[in-house]
Amino acid sequence: MKQLKVDAIKKGTVIDHIPAGKGMQVADLINISGENIVMIGISLHSKKVGKKDIIKIENRELSQEEINSIALIAPSATITIIKDFDVIRKAKAEIPESIEGLILCPNPKCITNSEIIKTKFKVTDEKPLQVRCHYCEKKYLVEEVKIKI
Amino acid sequence: MKNLISMRDLSKKEILYFMEIAEKIEKGELNLNMDKKLAALLFFEPSTRTHFSFATAMKKIGGQTITMRGTSSSSVKKGETFADTLQTIAQYAEIIIMRSPIEGAARYASEVVDIPVVNAGDGANQHPTQALLDLYSIIKTQGTLENLTIGVAGDLRFGRTVHSLVQALSEFTPRFKFISPSFLKMPTYILDDLLEKNIKFEELAEIDEKIDELDILYVTRIQKERFADPEDYEKVKGSYILEKSMLSNVKENFKVMHPLPRVDEISTDVDDTEFAYYFPQAKNGVYMRQAIISILLGGVK
Ligand SMILES: [Zn+2]
Repeated sequence: MKQLKVDAIKKGTVIDHIPAGKGMQVADLINISGENIVMIGISLHSKKVGKKDIIKIENRELSQEEINSIALIAPSATITIIKDFDVIRKAKAEIPESIEGLILCPNPKCITNSEIIKTKFKVTDEKPLQVRCHYCEKKYLVEEVKIKI
Repeated sequence: MKNLISMRDLSKKEILYFMEIAEKIEKGELNLNMDKKLAALLFFEPSTRTHFSFATAMKKIGGQTITMRGTSSSSVKKGETFADTLQTIAQYAEIIIMRSPIEGAARYASEVVDIPVVNAGDGANQHPTQALLDLYSIIKTQGTLENLTIGVAGDLRFGRTVHSLVQALSEFTPRFKFISPSFLKMPTYILDDLLEKNIKFEELAEIDEKIDELDILYVTRIQKERFADPEDYEKVKGSYILEKSMLSNVKENFKVMHPLPRVDEISTDVDDTEFAYYFPQAKNGVYMRQAIISILLGGVK
């Protein structure tokens, strides 16, 4: 079968094995701006996971913090840092201990929804992924919270 | 310790330290002089009792109070942020005591100002001074916080007070009996926490079902407004009213507690029994709040 090719990049980051349909959300999450060339592949075939999305960003190396934030949406994603067409580092998105400024608290009575405050959550459980708001102390499944983008 | 925001922040050792200082204050063993200290009582939601209790506590240790009332949005309307309001007040006072319907408001305040902040209730979240005074009442009447059988009755679903209490007691290997109408049961996330900590509990439907096994019965109000159909309320309310006739076989050390105000969930004929403890409990609140303010202001050596 003919496969649409996403070009190799010289330098930058490749985020692979994103569950199909989550690619755009991941792209928003790591705040892709117009400065870098970005290729987003949607619903590509994958031997490992069936269908996947993939993102390639030229000339930008994601920080571990950015990589970890991807774990909230796409825990299966693999991240590869590339220089001179060579893989210099492979990273796995790891669920961070705390998450700052990234997600919105679903509790309408929470202070983070009435004042301009950077939200702060602690990860309380990994399976299923649950977080507790530092301010209102309510606990949520990660599917219940809105990712701030 | 600089602030008192949530029971979640306190270790068992710290909880017991609050108990110890409150006891010393009650016995007159501590000479506290908070002369020239000013507490700003910020009440963004009305709560006459809590305000009164804090104001009394501050005055009894020689300090003074100023009060600001209103909604937290009122200053916002004037174009001032909540953070600016807090920073301004922190220029006048030595400690902020704050009640707010906004959850997390006290935590946020403690991050904005340099002076100590006491959470006097933030929405459905925390009310740590109430939890501490409840524990103080329990330790005073039982001599210990360990291994007690505690009944908690009423609205267990929305009751912030009972959530904090159950959470705080969890450190002391309690056995719980939860007594409520089925749709006002203790939330699953609290029961899950108890299961995880191997704490024994059972859920009951009648207030006197196992009353003879209890050391403490903590009664809270069931609000009529929680019921969609007023008839349902009339049907169940009798099961959650404590009457004197139910007390004939209770343990000698048994005590009835209530955060007050009560409506009719404890019949007034219970008041003159040796088991009624809700009025002394309110008095304990003043000792505990004296202790909290003094500790946070560095007045306890
Ligand atoms: Zn929150």
